[in-house]
Amino acid sequence: MNFGVIVFPGSNGDHDALHAIGEVLGQPARAIWHRETSLDGIECVIVPGGFAYGDYLRAGAIARFSPIMGAVERFAREGGPVLGICNGFQVLTEAQLLPGSLLRNAELEFRSQWVHVRTERTDTPFTSGLAVGDVLRLPIAHGEGSYFAAPEELARIEANGQVIFRYCDPTGAVSSATNFNGSLNDIAGVCNEQRNVVGLMPHPERGAEAILGGADGRRILESALSVAGVRV
Amino acid sequence: MSESNGAVWLAHVYVTLKTVVNDPQGLAIADGLHTMGYAGVEDVRAGKYLQVRLRAASAEEAQRFAEEMSDRLLANTVIENYRCVIEAAS
Repeated sequence: MNFGVIVFPGSNGDHDALHAIGEVLGQPARAIWHRETSLDGIECVIVPGGFAYGDYLRAGAIARFSPIMGAVERFAREGGPVLGICNGFQVLTEAQLLPGSLLRNAELEFRSQWVHVRTERTDTPFTSGLAVGDVLRLPIAHGEGSYFAAPEELARIEANGQVIFRYCDPTGAVSSATNFNGSLNDIAGVCNEQRNVVGLMPHPERGAEAILGGADGRRILESALSVAGVRV
Repeated sequence: MSESNGAVWLAHVYVTLKTVVNDPQGLAIADGLHTMGYAGVEDVRAGKYLQVRLRAASAEEAQRFAEEMSDRLLANTVIENYRCVIEAAS
């Protein structure tokens, strides 16, 4: 399966994603510079973490108008699988490919740590290899990950089953103690209505092999392969 | 898109968080003001102020451009409101 990893000035998770796809999953992965305008041959797009365009104005706001984003929007509309990780999640909300927005963490701290998330839905390309209730241990590194949507929109995405991951404890229990960034409804990841675009604040690509301290992230990346029928 | 000729205008763009959005920066600033002794401070909301110099045929057109830019980039209308005030640039 051909993966494309979008690279903006200020991306810093691009090589982590290329490593996880290329070396850990053994799949072809290509870096795609933000000035490019085509995704020809790409079967899965990853919008990686970092601080695209310095996160000036708002995280993801300026990246959203990069030349490559027109192609990403077309790819998403046509049903292609798109995964936004951390800053990539912020870019996809700014592009309105995902609902809601990511605000400054409630305690104003940049948080870099391992967290647990509970799988809420498996009917997306990036959760198809998981079971509902599966708890994954993944690293996070963000200052603006507090998920927000207006009350009526939040109700709509909950009713549509668009919440994919929630922060939880190692047993899967969700409480205020595990909601370290103030996200509404403990939301760590969502998908679009068509369910082919997924965004999450944790970094599956930085927790995809034991040497990094955890391999649960591999299950998210591998899910995309099982949808495409690739044997790992 | 914006005109390349016409008069020059200065758009003052005020971007503020919607009231339903929690503002931890504003809360931290309010805490600081309380610590300084300003016991009367009830609430602080942090926002952004931008100045955009642009050419447009009229103040109305400049207003329209500034609002379009705000809708598309300067503000995220999921979480923010904006207000544009146009004046003739000196």
